[in-house]
Amino acid sequence: MKTSADEQELERRFQQRIEDEQKIEPKDWMPAAYRKNLIRQISQHAHSEVIGMQPEGNFLTRAPSLRRKAVLLSKIQDEAGHGLYLYSAAETLGTPRSELIAALQAGEAKYASIFNYPTQTWGDVGAIGWLVDGAAIVNQISLQRTSYGPYARGMVRICKEESFHQRQGYEIMIALAHGSAEQREMAQDSLNRFYWPALMMFGPHDRESAHSARSMQWKIKRETNDDLRQKFIDQTVPQIAFLGLEHPDSGIRWNEERQHYDHGEIDWNEFYAVINGNGHCNRQRMEHHIRAHEEGAWVRDAIAAHREKRGGRKQQVA
Amino acid sequence: MSQEKLELFEVFIRSRRGLDHKHVGSLHAQDHEQALEYARDCYTRRSEGVSIWVVRSRDICASQEEDSESFFDPSDDKPYRLATYYKLPDPVDNM
Repeated sequence: MKTSADEQELERRFQQRIEDEQKIEPKDWMPAAYRKNLIRQISQHAHSEVIGMQPEGNFLTRAPSLRRKAVLLSKIQDEAGHGLYLYSAAETLGTPRSELIAALQAGEAKYASIFNYPTQTWGDVGAIGWLVDGAAIVNQISLQRTSYGPYARGMVRICKEESFHQRQGYEIMIALAHGSAEQREMAQDSLNRFYWPALMMFGPHDRESAHSARSMQWKIKRETNDDLRQKFIDQTVPQIAFLGLEHPDSGIRWNEERQHYDHGEIDWNEFYAVINGNGHCNRQRMEHHIRAHEEGAWVRDAIAAHREKRGGRKQQVA
Repeated sequence: MSQEKLELFEVFIRSRRGLDHKHVGSLHAQDHEQALEYARDCYTRRSEGVSIWVVRSRDICASQEEDSESFFDPSDDKPYRLATYYKLPDPVDNM
């Protein structure tokens, strides 16, 4: 396909704007592929927030105290709000939320595969707040500088709210790690099961990442998967040490030259198996989402009926 | 005198790319187009912005300050929504 001279000029100006660190705003001209790439990434991010409520929701009725229950409920509520911010940001690109959700339910859109792991113990709720939200924060801090204005502004709001999520998770871990032998064992077990999947959240190595190069050029992504992962690995080592737990990666070593921790290799077979639908909970997560959506149909119908009735009444008065 | 027929619009200005539109004031105009031009003339005489939104004032639905006690009450007793609520020991306090 031949692009017209006009379009080339628009594209040149667009890229220049990006080079100049200016944000792209909804009504600006943008290449179709940039728009598509953003819709994919932002909606995937939104889906992750929403599906991410399920593993934690699993423990709402079994949180060990009223305080823990209130905190967990608040955190889950935040995730729903984050989903809403992100769907709204995606909608500024011209795709309605209902379409994005339909794509999720049809299996055409992805969400973070970490949420396909089950929460088996209370320790898992601590590990999720500490490690999963911790990894998400590293990624989201970087995305505050993403080139698309509404996405960047959403990230600022989300990061601000998210800071309590990691701290409440770590607080749970401290209580367990300083508790009875059984509790310590529970903390270690949760760390062992969630550490590696948390590292996978940053995505494949840069050399194997399908969307990375282009996203970096467009400044949708500001740092590579591997750089972000390294940041998370580095910050987590002292946190594990403070808990007095054993690091799940026997290959973890401080590298004086790099000023970073060297680490063992991630099991990428597991990563791709879970992404492709074979994690412990993939089917359960999707079935639950669809069921909740369908069971909520009467609410949507009632709202529509109420609107119609009120509209009718207004017309009568007029 | 036909001024009474003009509608009230609220004006929002984005001072620079990447920032939110912020409410700066209101004005009377015949329609959206005119409101945009008036807003440009009134509110951006000193390059205050790169983008303007105008919204009909009657389209804005606002909460009432008098009701704020009951309206915002649900979040008053939930300090655990703030990061500062969680006291962590110094060595790990930087999360």
